[in-house]
Amino acid sequence: MLLISCPNCGSRDETEFHYGGQAHVAYPENPNALNDREWAEFLFYRDNTKGAFAERWLHSTGCRQWFNMLRDTVTYEIQAIYPMGTARPDAAPPAPESGTASTAPDSTTTGTAAPSIAATSIATSSAPASTTAPEGATK
Amino acid sequence: MADLLPEHPDFLWRNPEPKSSYDAVIVGGGGHGLATAYFLAKNHGMTNIAVLEKGWLAGGNMARNTTIIRSNYLWDESAAIYEHALKLWEVLPEELEYDFLFSQRGVMNLAHTLGDVRESMRRVGANKLNGVDAEWLDPQQVKELCPILNISDNIRYPVMGATYQPRAGIAKHDHVAWAFARKCDELGVDIIQNCEVTGFVKDGNRVVGVKTNQGTINTEKVGLCAAGHSSVLAEMAGFRLPIQSHPLQALVSELHEPVHPTVVMSNHVHVYVSQAHKGELVMGAGVDSYNGYGQRGSFHVIEHQMAAAVELFPIFARAHVLRTWGGIVDTTLDASPIVGTTPVENMFVNCGWGTGGFKGTPAAGLTFAHTIATGTPHELNKPFALERFETGALIDEHGAAAVAH
Ligand SMILES: Cc1cc2nc3c(=O)[nH]c(=O)nc-3n(C[C@H](O)[C@H](O)[C@H](O)COP(=O)(O)OP(=O)(O)OC[C@H]3O[C@@H](n4cnc5c(N)ncnc54)[C@H](O)[C@@H]3O)c2cc1C
Ligand SMILES: [Zn+2]
Repeated sequence: MLLISCPNCGSRDETEFHYGGQAHVAYPENPNALNDREWAEFLFYRDNTKGAFAERWLHSTGCRQWFNMLRDTVTYEIQAIYPMGTARPDAAPPAPESGTASTAPDSTTTGTAAPSIAATSIATSSAPASTTAPEGATK
Repeated sequence: MADLLPEHPDFLWRNPEPKSSYDAVIVGGGGHGLATAYFLAKNHGMTNIAVLEKGWLAGGNMARNTTIIRSNYLWDESAAIYEHALKLWEVLPEELEYDFLFSQRGVMNLAHTLGDVRESMRRVGANKLNGVDAEWLDPQQVKELCPILNISDNIRYPVMGATYQPRAGIAKHDHVAWAFARKCDELGVDIIQNCEVTGFVKDGNRVVGVKTNQGTINTEKVGLCAAGHSSVLAEMAGFRLPIQSHPLQALVSELHEPVHPTVVMSNHVHVYVSQAHKGELVMGAGVDSYNGYGQRGSFHVIEHQMAAAVELFPIFARAHVLRTWGGIVDTTLDASPIVGTTPVENMFVNCGWGTGGFKGTPAAGLTFAHTIATGTPHELNKPFALERFETGALIDEHGAAAVAH
């Protein structure tokens, strides 16, 4: 189980949260101008990054607020938690697994000015902020 | 338990060095990659081909699934391809000369709400129209088929009935992979383990080779069968897939006397349970919510499915969890696979089977081999093209085919 640091409530079990998928996917500014391919991209295509991934979480049984998280999809380590509407903090070095997916550039970030990342991200590398299911759970 | 497992086989395939070039290269040595290679060789005479597997043969989802095979899907396109797969399962042990214990013990999909009941009856009707064996069972008939099921009214979600497909069942997944691998090898296919594809060589928009940790291999055609890693490979090739990779977990108990004669799935309380040939109870449920490539998930997901299992099968309360594990499943938004051409010339993709692709293995292999060999899809996989996400012709099996397995 992930232990997730809600920016408002502090550390809570993953079961209190709801996963919201890839972060920074902006609604198209002018949907009518999109062709079928572009509309399909918006509706059905999301990055499926192996490594540091920016994603949204909702603290559904707590403060009911959305926030963003940078999480490694291989180790499941939570690398940063930062508010909605702010830019993605720098990714940690990619997962130690062999050369595969790059951490896709965040091309869809809503162009809002990024407030100071340092002030808003919680570096978790030193804190035991993420726990997961026990290792060795393969058949 | 009654059924003896097949003897553990001797080495069934060679371990050749990769050649410098092939007519086709299949990326991924799971069930789908092996079945594709088999049908390429057998149906299309393409024997100068290789299956490249980054780990050991069939150590991915093929080694991790709960082996449920059924074809009682709602939509015509799905019923066609999964029923074709089921018919192939019925003849493959003989064709591959390998008894992998395909046991047609039936699969039951429980209904716990009025909505479930209506949806289930609708699906039974649709199945019958598509030539898929399907029945509606009332709770008493459910109890007759599976006496250990609790059909009392004193549970949170009483059993209100079930759909039943008698020809459905389970098989020994590892042996299925080995059966395909042995035949592939006999037909001249090179199976190359510990060979990770790290990139592609392209001439303009046409793929002409694959880069691997064992060197570059030239090839006329590439077929991707990488399940949870499909997006990673597509990205290397320069296109995107509408896939999200999630952990999917399962568990087994210690061995028990035969108590569970069929396969029971419940979408609503969410667990599915069978008893393997040796006697262990095999259970699974849904994916972990987050994206993950870690082949493991969160323990509360396991706890949920065990709670559901104990409610439905009170005698399981004292069984022990022996082992849990996870795989990486490639999910699509319509819960249907993608089998077809890609934006890259001579590169083909078979993915998106997500939580339920073991049952589809033979049909995936057959149709994907046809697509690779001829450059155009087979009738059965035509609707499962990548383009459906642009045309809107989705095959929405979410919630339409009971649970996802
Ligand atoms: C817990 C669990 C339960 C399931 N239960 C069922 C069920 O009851 N019924 C059912 O029908 N389905 C079930 N499934 C789904 C089913 O297992 C999959 O849909 C199916 O196995 C996918 O096809 P595959 O066998 O080819 O995949 P895999 O066995 O995963 O094969 C893909 C292979 O590609 C290899 N690969 C990846 N990247 C590279 C690379 N760069 N280079 C070389 N090789 C690479 C991987 O190592 C892997 O061996 C379940 C899955 C899981 C995880
Ligand atoms: Zn909160």
